[in-house]
Amino acid sequence: MFFRKNFVSRLFSYIPFLILFYLACSETDFSFEKLSFLSFNLIHIVIFYWVLKNPYILGYGFIFLAGIVNDIIIGLPIGVSSITYLVLSGFAAYVRYLTVEPSLIYDWIIFVPSIAVTNSVYFYILRIFFDVEVDYIALALNTGSTILLYPIVGILFNFLSKIIVVKKNV
Amino acid sequence: MVTSRDDFSIAIRSAFLRKGVKQKFSLLALIIASIILLSLEAINSKSLNFVRSAVKDVIYRTSFIVSIPSNSIAPVFTKIQNYFEVYEQYEIAKSKLQQLENQQNEINYLKVENDKLKRIIDDADIYNRESITTKVLVDKKSPFLKSVILNKGFNSGLKRGMPVLDGPYFVGRITEVNYLSSRVLLINDLNSKIPVIIEPMGYQAIMSGAGDKLALLEFLPKNHQLKIGSLVYTSGTGGIFFPGIPIGRVELIEKKFHIKFFSDLSQLYLVNVITSKSIESEQ
Repeated sequence: MFFRKNFVSRLFSYIPFLILFYLACSETDFSFEKLSFLSFNLIHIVIFYWVLKNPYILGYGFIFLAGIVNDIIIGLPIGVSSITYLVLSGFAAYVRYLTVEPSLIYDWIIFVPSIAVTNSVYFYILRIFFDVEVDYIALALNTGSTILLYPIVGILFNFLSKIIVVKKNV
Repeated sequence: MVTSRDDFSIAIRSAFLRKGVKQKFSLLALIIASIILLSLEAINSKSLNFVRSAVKDVIYRTSFIVSIPSNSIAPVFTKIQNYFEVYEQYEIAKSKLQQLENQQNEINYLKVENDKLKRIIDDADIYNRESITTKVLVDKKSPFLKSVILNKGFNSGLKRGMPVLDGPYFVGRITEVNYLSSRVLLINDLNSKIPVIIEPMGYQAIMSGAGDKLALLEFLPKNHQLKIGSLVYTSGTGGIFFPGIPIGRVELIEKKFHIKFFSDLSQLYLVNVITSKSIESEQ
């Protein structure tokens, strides 16, 4: 995998990192008051896509840190989001090692069990170990909406990936 | 068959144990680090709490700064949306005006009743308490967990358990205090359980957060005759809060009694934290 050397593509290569930390750190939350069933977890999509497609862009250390920041902002026990993000990264990395010819549809199909397991881990850690009540219906709806959003964000990230990377060696 | 099992174990090993070309840590090492961090949550030592408090203060302030651009853009979208909804809002306003005219007489009656109720539960006591006005620093509108971060901490005298009011209305209690910031668990959070009294019947119950704009009324007395529209106040049972802080009105939704809050919990900006001391008792 070769990276473009020019300044613009280098600048663009920081976008996934910036999106990840902006979403973890800011008040921005993709949940809508009037459409309560429509809430997305864009962080999950960012992590899954970039660990799967281009792990050089988003390091595991940064994913771990983003999880800690997110826990502090939301007020969860520190480490819960880190574990869920890393489990999701594990799924993506595992699929990357097995996949010969990647495609957005195949990634999307794999994303479904990955995010389901990840959110189950998140729910059970909070419920069993910390006795924190989580609205599991809202969590399930969030999971569903995130799955539906994946191909759209995936297409946008494909464009971004083309700007950053010039050629791939399989 | 052996080959496919080998492929599987190689892929697992590669995904979790290998660092990769530009990775500084392996996934497994970071998962273990996360588990260690989670176990540290159970330890309550002074030095650890100090570090936690300092880190949280820094991250809350950073979050506030990072959120400034998106928070300044949001009102522009609201303004544009308002322009599109002018006619619709006019129609709604017209019908509401009609309703309001009909309710005018009822309001006069309710005012008298409200004064009477306030006297009964010593509502005036709220205004004799010391309070600290604080700003909501961060309001991450999570669909699962409902809490906000205030810009004052134990340097301003805030303590865990103190009630938080939006105007005269109860909105939550402080659950975490740092040096410069604190966290309020809002009354609509699933983990919020508040003892309440329902007037004018005087029923005692527990208000349990439902995760949205309403809360559920639990542990009502048997054979109760609860009326829709009854007023709900903190009861002060258990000495957690002082009694008589207004919360909301009773509503019946899907055969269950809920509380509709007086305050809009998604629009909190300035809130009052009531300290336990009463001004009268100090004098």
